[in-house]
Amino acid sequence: MKKIESIIRPHKLEELHTALQEEGFYGLTVSEVRGYGRQKGHTEIYRGSEYDLQFVPKVKIEIVCASDQCETAISIVLNTCRTGEIGDGKIFISTIEDAIRIRTGESGREAL
Amino acid sequence: MENQLTTEITNNLFTINNLWMMIATALVFIMHLGFASLEAGLTQSKNTLNILFKNSVIPAIGLLTYAFIGFNMMYPGESYAGGLFGFAGFGVGADAIGLTSRYNLGYTYWTDFLFQGMFAATAATIVSGAVAERIKLSSFLIFAAIFVAFAYPIVGMWKWGGGFLDALGFYDFAGSTLVHSVGGWGALTGVLFLGPRAGKYVKGRIHPIPGHSIPLAVIGVFLLWLGWFGFNGGSVLSADPGLVSLVFVTTSLAASAGAIGAMTASWTFLKNPDLTMTLNGILAGLVGITAGADLMSPMESIIIGFIAGVIVVFAVILFDKIKLDDPVGAMSVHLVCGIFGTLAVGIWGEKAGLDQLWNQIIGVISVAAFILPFTAIVWFILKKTMGLRVSEREEYDGLDIGEHSMEAYPDFEKVS
Repeated sequence: MKKIESIIRPHKLEELHTALQEEGFYGLTVSEVRGYGRQKGHTEIYRGSEYDLQFVPKVKIEIVCASDQCETAISIVLNTCRTGEIGDGKIFISTIEDAIRIRTGESGREAL
Repeated sequence: MENQLTTEITNNLFTINNLWMMIATALVFIMHLGFASLEAGLTQSKNTLNILFKNSVIPAIGLLTYAFIGFNMMYPGESYAGGLFGFAGFGVGADAIGLTSRYNLGYTYWTDFLFQGMFAATAATIVSGAVAERIKLSSFLIFAAIFVAFAYPIVGMWKWGGGFLDALGFYDFAGSTLVHSVGGWGALTGVLFLGPRAGKYVKGRIHPIPGHSIPLAVIGVFLLWLGWFGFNGGSVLSADPGLVSLVFVTTSLAASAGAIGAMTASWTFLKNPDLTMTLNGILAGLVGITAGADLMSPMESIIIGFIAGVIVVFAVILFDKIKLDDPVGAMSVHLVCGIFGTLAVGIWGEKAGLDQLWNQIIGVISVAAFILPFTAIVWFILKKTMGLRVSEREEYDGLDIGEHSMEAYPDFEKVS
């Protein structure tokens, strides 16, 4: 079982969500986050003075899936979220020990 | 027969005049919501409740003090004409004549009081924006009460109450000096005694602290523009069709030219078309035309508004350069453009001329010579006794929690 955490451009969320649904990924968690990587921040101007926004708004989307679906999920993220410009984001993959559905107590694949 | 007809016409005219003056009063009232929205929008969300609190209480303090002493200090009557100070006694009350056209063909005594009373709190509201996000609530409220109870009516009497500036020939139609500069000078001394917000000027650099709600600021400015129809239009003091409609035109054209002036200046000399500057430009145009709204041709009002709009942008930059921190630009709008609008009466319009310009300069200087030391003394005493600033810790946490133990947006972060 794998968790795929993708930090993406906020406006790509809708496209990614639709693509994931089409491929049968039915559960995900989304959060608004801020941070920076190679993109660094950007500069804004307020009343004549410039200031740097070091933390850029991003969306983090978390998907937990069976290990054999992992590659598919990653390719969907890459296909929908890549623009080729700095600031496209990153994908982090980790192994999940187990998952439990709170309502029924099911665990493992059944819980996903 | 003919006599009866004349009485009838007079009565109708009186009713119409008074009706317009009451509408104007209500329009000036809505300016307080405009100030509240603008100031809340241009400051941080952690201080929103605090600034709205101040703006809710100031009109109340203004009206009450005006009823107790202000009105009779500002309009003490004929016997104090040409003087520096007058006082016609505590409280307000109308006799039988006060409710008829014999009091004034334009309004009843009650309308007179309430229209002028609505103006009174404006001066303190101007200060509120400049000292926002760092001043102790209690100290500010005491300052505001003293300011509107004494400083505003005393200076107002000099011109509108028939005092020495009126006798001199100084002209200020609706208060570029008497309302806006008065508030502006009070703001200046307040900012000097308080110092800038923590983190605004660090190691010689200006770190902007952006306002948390630009939509709120826009609503505020449009409400102020709406209210200005009453502020200037009501200052005709009757429903005179020609003058009131001219004043509506000059007021709106100056506001429009102010917007374009500030937009142009911001886009050309800064690096972006800054909306907060453009909003300040609208207000700058309005403040600029206020002293001579009934004297200017449409073209002259456009010139005045445009110049005021350009001036306000540079004033904001200048005040930042000399580290006078004013979160909403109140000093730039009300003080700088208030002075400019007052001088404009001597440069453009029906009264233009060197003599008039000199009278205008004397008016500006006289008001400064009184308000600067007056407010400085009040700020100084408050600083030495109660303190003016909240603690550094409170400033970082926000004045909503620090001063009120409340939040303007209680579910912004924690849901349960």
